[in-house]
Amino acid sequence: MNLKNTPLWEVFIRSKNGLSHVHAGSLHAVDADMALQNARDVYTRRAEGISLWVVPSNAIKASDPVDRGEFFEPTASKVYRHPTFYDIPDEVGHM
Amino acid sequence: MYTQALNEKDPNAGKDKAEDPVLEARFQARVDEEMRIEPNDWMPAAYRRTLQRQIAQHAHSEVIGMQPEGNWLTRSPSLKRKAILLAKIQDEAGHGLYLYSAAETLGISREEMESQLLSGKARYSSIFNYPTLNWADMGAIGWLVDGAAIMNQIPLCRCSYGPYARAMVRVCKEESFHQRQGYDIMMQMAKGTPEQKAMAQDALNRTWWPSIMMFGPHDSDSSHSEQSMAWKIKRFSNDDLRQRFINATVPQAEYLGLTIPDPDLKFNEETGNWESGPIDWDEFKRVLAGNGPCNHQRLSTRQKAVAEGEWVRDAAAAHAAKVAARAANKEEAA
Repeated sequence: MNLKNTPLWEVFIRSKNGLSHVHAGSLHAVDADMALQNARDVYTRRAEGISLWVVPSNAIKASDPVDRGEFFEPTASKVYRHPTFYDIPDEVGHM
Repeated sequence: MYTQALNEKDPNAGKDKAEDPVLEARFQARVDEEMRIEPNDWMPAAYRRTLQRQIAQHAHSEVIGMQPEGNWLTRSPSLKRKAILLAKIQDEAGHGLYLYSAAETLGISREEMESQLLSGKARYSSIFNYPTLNWADMGAIGWLVDGAAIMNQIPLCRCSYGPYARAMVRVCKEESFHQRQGYDIMMQMAKGTPEQKAMAQDALNRTWWPSIMMFGPHDSDSSHSEQSMAWKIKRFSNDDLRQRFINATVPQAEYLGLTIPDPDLKFNEETGNWESGPIDWDEFKRVLAGNGPCNHQRLSTRQKAVAEGEWVRDAAAAHAAKVAARAANKEEAA
């Protein structure tokens, strides 16, 4: 049987509580409209969300896992960016 | 069961080029530290292949698994039961999709997997090669087959391969509804008329042994799972999971007032386990080899569905192309 490839889409859902859209999974569809409908049918069967995004999978540029160490190194070495870096005396109270 | 592929010999074992020992050691260290392996990470060729095969078989099982239930859709005893059964079958389609998506991240296309299913090259869980002969089978399948699936799939939520683990988290949440609605059918029938109770018992009689065979061969005969354990694809042995399932199910059958069709089933005071009688592995192998009661029917139904849906897929593709062309023309004109 001749099965033709259909484009792959990534699905993002925003839940009712108003947080950001979160990646839920992927699916195949011939165009964006079909992707949106399929995403509704497959990824929101139990009221998982109130807003959907579909994005062509090949439009996503991902960071390379080989460079992971180097790429994310700047965040690891800057502990002073975290509030816990600073010692505030107990007398000052909650800050 | 759904992890049936992990019990089979890898047909390409030993044909790989030697892996880079440094990369392989780093990979195994990540697995040992319980870190997830993600699609673009380096992985041994055999790990990739094992997962492709395993996840694809799992997906095929979900898709083929719609058929035994679809058999009763138009003959459900009430509108409520029909709506529930339809929702369950839709879930199975969804599970198939999550799993196909996870397998695709390993570099195999959806169409390639589907072709392997249609040509008979890829397998699916042998449990779906049994017929559903009475309405109570819908109850027994939910209770036992989905119950066994949950037992198997919960440890897969911690599988070392990230996309598979994440798909399983979603599947397990939904699977709980499947098992409970199945038990709900069994409760209603077991407490119904003598005829209804007899149907429930008949469904249990036919579903019990195939369900416990779903966990795969005994550990002593399952020589291929060691590597999957080391890779943390598989977390518990076949016999461990089977024992847990039996221990959980025996009291549930008791509550229903139904008898598990195993005259040798006995409680071991020392271990606290319900020990089953001997399993008929010849039967298991027969169904696995393609000679179960419905192997041919399941595959030909699927082939027919794909063939008859071809014009729909073609029409959708043609429509999408036309809309895209129209949009391009408009842009040019503007």
